Amino acid sequence: MGMTMTQKILAAHAGLESVKAGQLISAKLDIVLGNDITTPVAINEFTKNGFTQVFDKDRIAIVLDHFVPNKDIKAAQQSKQCREFACSHCVSHFYDVGKMGIEHALLPEQGIVTAGDCIIGADSHTCTYGALGAFSTGVGSTDMAAGMATGTAWFKVPSALKFELTGKLPPVCSGKDVILTIIGMIGVDGALYKSMEFTGSGVASLTMDDRLCICNMAIEAGAKNGIFPVDERTKEYMQGRCEREPVVYTADEDAEYEKTYVIDLSKIAPTVACPHLPENTKPADTLSDIKIDQVVIGSCTNGRMEDMEAAYRTLKGRTVAPGVRCIIIPATMQIYRECVERGYVTAFIDAGAIVSTPTCGPCLGGYMGVLAEGERCVATTNRNFVGRMGHVSSEVYLASPATAAASAITGRITAPKEV
Amino acid sequence: MKTQGHVFKYADNVDTDVIIPARYLNTADAAELAKHCMEDIDPAYVTRMKPGDIMVAGWNFGCGSSREHAPLVIKTCGTGCVIAKSFARIFYRNAINIGMPILECEAAADEIQPGDEVAIDFDTGVISDLTTGKTYQAEPFPEFIQNMIQKGGLLASLKEM
Repeated sequence: MGMTMTQKILAAHAGLESVKAGQLISAKLDIVLGNDITTPVAINEFTKNGFTQVFDKDRIAIVLDHFVPNKDIKAAQQSKQCREFACSHCVSHFYDVGKMGIEHALLPEQGIVTAGDCIIGADSHTCTYGALGAFSTGVGSTDMAAGMATGTAWFKVPSALKFELTGKLPPVCSGKDVILTIIGMIGVDGALYKSMEFTGSGVASLTMDDRLCICNMAIEAGAKNGIFPVDERTKEYMQGRCEREPVVYTADEDAEYEKTYVIDLSKIAPTVACPHLPENTKPADTLSDIKIDQVVIGSCTNGRMEDMEAAYRTLKGRTVAPGVRCIIIPATMQIYRECVERGYVTAFIDAGAIVSTPTCGPCLGGYMGVLAEGERCVATTNRNFVGRMGHVSSEVYLASPATAAASAITGRITAPKEV
Repeated sequence: MKTQGHVFKYADNVDTDVIIPARYLNTADAAELAKHCMEDIDPAYVTRMKPGDIMVAGWNFGCGSSREHAPLVIKTCGTGCVIAKSFARIFYRNAINIGMPILECEAAADEIQPGDEVAIDFDTGVISDLTTGKTYQAEPFPEFIQNMIQKGGLLASLKEM
């Protein structure tokens, strides 16, 4: 029996000719990642257990992104602890305010991750890098500590679901509508412990930003990882960017999949996930009587350049509805700078929105847009759990940047074509 | 290893944001964090529960964030075990890595009622509902994981290598 793309990457990193679903392996890691919330716990475990050296200073990435610029004294202490650890171990990929970005936008952009890699990150959305054809998965802080110490991690080889994409997305839709549709279809544990492998003729039409967004939310279906094949578009993206040579793996023709879903991209419509689970999806145009208080456009899911472009196309020359706060957060400093240079920031400000430097901030109810009792937000983020963005009675509706921007203008949930 | 306590029951998809809301994650201090365990779904949990008490929940317990703070607060406030129909994979991994006992058992999760007194034998995976007199057999851990638990978690087991 052949192997899936994920299984091939895991076999190669475990030094095995082949692996099969369910097998427990120890795999070599190309990158170990942490952020300002998860790294302090990892550092404490690392130190407490007597480790004094990291396995490779060039294979560790520490990105301060959740609560920076620091929201309070405690958050500042956590950043300080990360900074001191990174400095004392000469961690090459340490990103602080001024250079940082939201980790899952930053690592691909800076070429720190590449095709064929085996990556763990102490952040659940580490699955994002599957868009480059890497095996990448979220873990906790203890796994991060073990990864930093040994350069290896244990895995149970996952079985897989195949998503065969056909056709081409309508112009008003993007990767977010695809992944929300899929989560709505299979549920928040529909891919539990499994790989989601995306394939088919429709892949070619998806941009890298679409693919990064789709893999980013694989965890919201419970998946271990999401992964795309490497094609010309991937190679073009990685060209001159990645510091290590990409390695291209392809699934065997006789690879085993537990189930195959065929998704016609041309049938995808603007989609919104209603509170309080990402699986509660509905077509955006059926929710037009839901009034909102806030819009957030940003996050590791949708803070990339194409997301900013979508927001700009909608907001340019228009005005945010009275009573709505519109918060736009480019995910990295490079994207932020480009938004300034292209005049997007001026257009956003003229529309009545605000533009923040990169931060995860409001996505997890940290700061920079926390919701009050009973308030509603349309957000391009990834989770709409109870209390996720603030008060336990507040509500988050997950949507694409185009839908979020359209909603900011009307003050209610609005499909992009309506404005 | 055994535990015994009263049951607190929760539904499907208990996520890490309700187990420990991110607004408290500006510290890694376990005792401080544990004061807020389950705050957004059951604010009375930390005051009503007694050490050894047991959480029983449905499918996909611990979904969402990778924050290890989630199993850590459940452990730190004295919870004896979480029994669920299934666990989200990062939570499952984190719980094992830090030595927070968890068990998968669909029948137990369906039938055990809030307030029941339950005893668990982790060596055999037998869950006994002392209130109803029924017993259940939990899914055993793979041997690799059992060894890790016996050695005191992931990092302790690495030190032995």
